[in-house]
This record gives sequence, structure tokens and C-alpha cells, in this order.
Amino acid sequence: MAGELRIKVNERAWNVSSAPDTPLLYVLANELQLQGPRFGCGLAQCGSCSVLVNGVETRSCVTPVSTVQGKSVTTLEGLPALYAAQRKLAKAPELHPVQQAMIDEQAVQCGYCFNGMIIKASELLGKNPQPNEAQIRAAMNGHLCRCGTYPRVIKAIQRASRTMMAEAAR
Amino acid sequence: MSDLLRRDLFKAGGALIVGFGLREVLFGQSHLDTTPRNGVPGPPDAKQIDTWLAIHADNTATIFIGFAELGQGNSTALLQVAAEELDLDMGQLKTVRLDTSITPNQGGTYSSASIQRGGPQVRTAAAEARLALLQLASKNLSTPVERLTVAKGIVSVQGNPAQSVTYGALVGDKPFHLAFTGSAPMKTPAEFKVVGTRVARNDIPDKVSGKYVYMQHLRVPEMLHGRVVRPRGQSAYGAGAKVVSLDEASIRNIPGARVIRRGDFIGVVAESEWDAVRAARQLKVTWDTTPTLPGSAALFETMRAAKTTDKVVLERGDVGVLGSAPHVVSFRINGPYQAHAPFGPNCALADVTADTALIKCSTQDVYGTRNTLARVLAMPLEKVRVQYYEGSGTYGHSCYDDVAQAAAILSQSAGKPVRLQFMRWDEHGWDNYGPAHIGEVRAAADAAGKIVAYEYHGWQHNWSLVETSEQLASGKPAAEWPGAAAQGVSVANTSGIYATPNLRIVNHTLPGTAFLKGAWLRSPLDLSVSFASEQAIDQLAYLLNMDPWEFRQKNITDMRWRGVLDAAAQAAKWTPRRAGPNAASDKSGAKIVTGRGIGLGTHLVSYGGAVAEIEVNKETGKVVAKHMYGAIDAGLTVNPAFVENQISGQLVQTCSRMLKEEVTLSTTNVTSLDWNSYPILRFEECPEVTPIVVQRLDQRPSGAGEEVMAAASAAIGNAFFDATGVRMREYPLTPARVLAALKLG
Repeated sequence: MAGELRIKVNERAWNVSSAPDTPLLYVLANELQLQGPRFGCGLAQCGSCSVLVNGVETRSCVTPVSTVQGKSVTTLEGLPALYAAQRKLAKAPELHPVQQAMIDEQAVQCGYCFNGMIIKASELLGKNPQPNEAQIRAAMNGHLCRCGTYPRVIKAIQRASRTMMAEAAR
Repeated sequence: MSDLLRRDLFKAGGALIVGFGLREVLFGQSHLDTTPRNGVPGPPDAKQIDTWLAIHADNTATIFIGFAELGQGNSTALLQVAAEELDLDMGQLKTVRLDTSITPNQGGTYSSASIQRGGPQVRTAAAEARLALLQLASKNLSTPVERLTVAKGIVSVQGNPAQSVTYGALVGDKPFHLAFTGSAPMKTPAEFKVVGTRVARNDIPDKVSGKYVYMQHLRVPEMLHGRVVRPRGQSAYGAGAKVVSLDEASIRNIPGARVIRRGDFIGVVAESEWDAVRAARQLKVTWDTTPTLPGSAALFETMRAAKTTDKVVLERGDVGVLGSAPHVVSFRINGPYQAHAPFGPNCALADVTADTALIKCSTQDVYGTRNTLARVLAMPLEKVRVQYYEGSGTYGHSCYDDVAQAAAILSQSAGKPVRLQFMRWDEHGWDNYGPAHIGEVRAAADAAGKIVAYEYHGWQHNWSLVETSEQLASGKPAAEWPGAAAQGVSVANTSGIYATPNLRIVNHTLPGTAFLKGAWLRSPLDLSVSFASEQAIDQLAYLLNMDPWEFRQKNITDMRWRGVLDAAAQAAKWTPRRAGPNAASDKSGAKIVTGRGIGLGTHLVSYGGAVAEIEVNKETGKVVAKHMYGAIDAGLTVNPAFVENQISGQLVQTCSRMLKEEVTLSTTNVTSLDWNSYPILRFEECPEVTPIVVQRLDQRPSGAGEEVMAAASAAIGNAFFDATGVRMREYPLTPARVLAALKLG
């Protein structure tokens, strides 16, 4: 079975030995040892396992690994490089503007949900660079937080939007 | 350096041997030497300065802290306390993870006690170390201590900065060998440079980049993945779970998986995580399904009718005057069971050999968890080592002990390290829930608007003492916590706020084994108690035709309660008027009505005040919190920014608990097992929040992690009355409950 599946994660090709029906999350966590996507519910209800598949936010806990063959998977770890590619920057920044904004707003409490928050927000700002508050809330509504960080996450997304607009104007 | 093992830090003779990094520690410890540097198992001696801090040759310091970082920022805030007294910059300080072989025993991280209990210990130890360092510097520089000054760990002679020596040069990596007496003078608030400032949290950068190692991330070589197999949802605590039959052959098609059974404890282990998940799902177990629970519909009547143990908690004067007072309010509220429901279910990694055990888990109390693990494993305490790794927010006693015990049992049986990840339904279904509560309150005021009598009766059960894993594996009977005042009605919330001459507070304690497992859930019982109590106070104001804020002001004597009341009211631009829907909105027949409410409350010793602004849709029954204001006076606030973040979280979580959260049960099992059946507040339902810190540099620090929730729950209840003229007697305020209440009027 080993090496039967080949997947592309964060612009790198990996041979995967897991069974084809294995949820992508377990492959990312155990074989690739990535720490961005993480187990929350296994039911696609919460968003803690989110990754981008061809740029679309996807719940890796219910996505069989075989279904992402031939597609490009980006995890939290790969967001700065993805941003550099999208913006045609010579060098990837240390953090995606959404990640930096989460620090600047001190938005985090336990931080466990922030993988999904950041993945989803980066998807949103990629599609809609200047969302209004209602659009932010609607886009983020499928991502839960138990600590109650929503108000600061909204502020951080607005801040990241401003940063990205300013960078694009340069 | 952050994962330096203490015993490697102090090898004989005091020479520094740099310890291993995290990965090496994990990979190298399958047969762990649990003996720390002085040959005595933890906790290290709290009466030694070396237990609390170490000064390194590079002029940095490690502070050993006995409190868990839970996302509240205490690992940064306690370093601020140490930096202040040591005259070091924050960048020169580090801390290490909690470990029963390394860190001091400061008691568990609950009751919002990190700063309240832990702050003074760290502070006095740091002050004493500084004094010792100054005495060493005095000899080194041949200058009396009084003429020395310190900045960034560099001691210099006043007026001659060139004549200096660093802390690192004075003691670098050698122990102090100094008794901790607590006698060194400490700085006064006027001298504070770091305490009280908005230092950024140390843990956030790694948490957003993906570098932060959560418990759920840990893996070790040779490790198996484990899952527990239990009925979906617990039955009555006393009943546990009973296996009728087990068909091990039912997972024969998953070759890597094996069943582990000890009594009624069943689990599976496999090399691949997905195999473990599939095996747990597929394993055929027939459980005893004898009904043991009242079911949601009959819960509160069963509680009210149960035979209870009654205790008068407080009695003053004679509440008999309730019968003759001009204004009397009397009502009852029902508060549901609620779940901790950490966002990532609990996880633990256990490596149990014949004579040692290393358990990594997300406990709030490594020493308490070690005690029960030693019992479960039948091993001597000194052979069991517990290390803390942050999981997702826990808000009290979620399944972290249960998962640690279960992982330990699986590892002991499998003879290999086992990583056990609870599934969503394990965590939701086998939680130690915040107990349900019935509150009956009577309050009376005289014609002048003074509260003259107050009586509160609370029905609830105590917390569970024996975890499910131990109960199922060993047959140890269910048992409840003795004592602990937080298990019953809060005296602070019922009688501590207003000057009332005649008082009576009574606990009616239910037999907990006939109900669900219980434990402390952030601000234990307080949301229910204040929902009852502060609605009664509000109703008195209404009967007196008074504004609720003015009525409270009139009855408060403690300036600190008045401080948070006014801080919240001012932030919300409160303008006095009698509560209740006004004639104009009544006449307009509006579908959506708005209301505002105020409330006071705490958990134990701080002061919380809140204002809620809500919207009620009278046709759909949907309640939306629009804006929540919360003020906390927690005495000396080490980092106001952290407390603001805590207040924001408390306000949002309180809205979630008051509007949405409710554990549901059939007569056999808990039935709320995921985020669909146990919904929590979402982005589109989230209020705007305004956190307010009432800083009191001259008061001793007290908790700030839960103390505004009671006030906020009451404010929501009172805002609902303001919007509709109806008092809600049960929460969460779901559309069905709201429509039923509006219909009754």
C-alpha cells in the first residue's frame, strides 16, 4: 500500500501510505506531521480541521485523502507562501496578513480554533478584499469558537483587509 | 530552553548542562527516570527559592510556575509579576511547562486563582531572590546594598553605571540554596514598571503560525492510537455503563486493531489512527439500557421532588418579615445542565511500563491528576509523572482526567505508549457537566426602596469525584466531592451585594449519583443563581416604579460593587427609567422589540457588573444579544489587556449559555452529543462587546477569568423583561421557550 497515493500539500508532493478512505486530517497530522489542521469534531461542524483545497476552504476531517489527488492542498503552515504566490511577491512573508492581524488584535484565547479562523478568513479576503461586517460574519458563521473570540476575530479580519489593500496599492 | 528539564538544569556542582529540547525529551523517555534532581519526587520544596526560579549565566531567568496556561494569558502575566520584582525585562524571562517532577505545587488552575493565589507566591519569591542577588552584588562591587540600583538584571552603583555586575555573573546557573521566607520587601504600586501594563501575550505568535504544540499534536515513536468505546451519552452517574456482551470478532477485518477490556472499560488500539477510529465505531458491544434518568421533560420536577440534604448556608435576622413587607417578589427559575465542550476534545498520551508511568495531558492540576492516576494504575505515586500540555479551552473540569486515566489504562494493557483522542461524542456525552439548578427566591423592599429581606433556596447536586474510566475499569463506585462551597449557592451572589438585614440562604443537595456527572463549569452555578436573584432584585425595582440602576445604587454599601455597577452603566450610556416595554412600542405592535438590562454578580471574590442590550422577535421567539458591556474589579490587575480579553470571552460565552446551551437527555442517555445537538453561539449571533477593567492598584489581586458571567446572565434576563414585560423563568432562551413564555404573558 505504501506510496500508492500522491498528494500535493503546501506546494510539495508527498507519497502517502494511508488507506484511500482515510480522512485527509489524519494524513496531514500523522504522516506529514502538520500542526495547522487539528481534530475538533470529525463531523465537519466546527472548522478546526480546515484546509484550502484548490483555494477552497474544506473540512479535512471528512475528506477522504484519495479525493485530493491531483489537487493543491494548503494548510495554515503554507498560507504565507500561498499569499506570496497570489501577490507575486519575491519572498514569502513570515506570516499571512490575517495571521499578523490576529497577533495585532491579541484576538486569541486558547487558540485551538484559530487554524480554521485564519484559513477561512484568508479564503474570504482572497475573494472579497473589503468585506463589510455582515459579510465577514456570514462567511465565518460555520467556524465555531468556544472561548468567545468572535468580536476580536472580526476586528482582525478588518485589519488584515486594510493591510492587504494597502499592500496591493503599493 | 523553554522545555529544559529542571533536573538537567542543576547537575551536581551547579554546572549548567543544557537539557534536551521537546522532541528529544519525548522521543527519549519511554523508560523515564522520574526522580528529580534532589532525589525526591515532586512537588519540589515550596520553601526553597530554587523551586521558584533559576538565574542563568546569560543573564536570563526561568520562573517555575504551578499554573496552567489555558489561553487566559497567565503564563505571561505571572512573568510580569516576576519581572517587576526582579528588575528584569520580559524578554529575559521564560517559564517551563507544568510537570510533577519540575514545577511547584500551587494547587490547581481553577477558581481564577492564578493571579490571586499564584501572583503573591511568585512575587515574594522574586523579591527575595532580588534581595539575595543584591547582597551578592554588594560584596562583588564592595558597595552597600542601599547604593545599588538594578535594571535589566544589571546591578550597578548609583551614580557610577560603569561599576556593575549582572545577575548571570553573580549566580549563573547555580542554585541559590536559600530558604524562601517571604520576608523580602516588595515594590509599591507607585514603583511598578511592568505590572499593570499591556504586555502582549507570549503564546499568541506560535498559536497563529501553527508552531504551538497542543496536547492533540503530540506523537512519540512506537505509539499506538487509542479510542474508547462507550455508549453514546452517559446514563446516571451511579449506574456507570454495563457491558452485556462484547463481540471482539466484529473488528476482525481491521487487522491492526485490538480490543482492550478491563471490567466495563472498553477501548481499542491500533497503529493507524484511522484504524482506531473505525474499530471503535465498528466494535459490537451490547450495553445495559435500563432507564436510569428522568429525561429532559421531567428533569426539574424530579429534582424538586428528590430527597435532599438541606443546609442553611447563611441566616441573619428574620426573613419572616417577608410576609408583611409592602413589596414582595417570589419566583423560581430552572437552569439546565451545561457542557464544558472544549473545542478540541480532550487527548492524552500515556507511556506506562512495569514500574514507571509518564502521562501527558491537559489537566488543570498535574498533582491532583497524578494522585488518581497512581490509584488507577496501582503504582506508587513517586513512579507516576504528569506533564501538562495545553489543549483547547476547558472552562473547568472537562474530560481531561478521564482521558488521562483511559490513556494510562490502554498503555498499561497494551505495553506501549498510547495516544488517546476522545471523539466529539465522548467529550460531549461523558462530560462532568455544570449541574442543573433550581432557584427559588423571595425578596422584599420597604416603601422607601430599601431591600429588607431576602431568601434563596437552591437545588443542585455536588461534583463527581470518581472518573468514568476508573469507575468502569475497577468498579469503584461513583462518589461525590465533599465540602467545596462552590458546589452550592454562592453567598457572594445572593447576599453579598446589597445591604439586607434579614437573610436566609439554603442549599438542598440532591443525590448526585441519580443524575449526571457534575463538576465545576466556569462560574459554577452562578449563571443560574444570578438569573434568579438579580431578576428578583430587578422586579422589586419595577414594583417600586424605580430605575433598576438607581434601585441597586440605593441598596449597595460596598463602594467596589458600586464601582462596577457605575462603570458598566456609564459605558452603556444608561439613562434612568422604569424597566418594561413603553406604551409606544406596545401600541406599535412591533414584531421585533428591544430591551436593556443590568446585573451584578461574581464567582467568589471579585466584582462584576454588566449591561445587556437585546432584541426579541415576538413572532419567531428568537433572542439576539446586540451589545454586552461588562466591568470587572479584580483588585490589582497585572495586565488589563488580558482581563479585557477575558471579559469579552465571558460576555460572549454567557450569551451562548443563556441563549443556546442545554444538555438534553432521554431516560437512558445524554442525547446532546455534538455541535448540532448542543448548539453554541455563532458569528452571526455574536454581540458587540465592551469590556471594562476597574483597576485597583491598592487592592490585592483576585480572579478575573469568570467573574462577569453571573452579572451578564442576569442582565440578559432583565433585558428580556425590559423588551417584553415578561420574566423568563428557565433558560436557555430558545425560540420555543420564549414563545411559550410570551404566550403565558
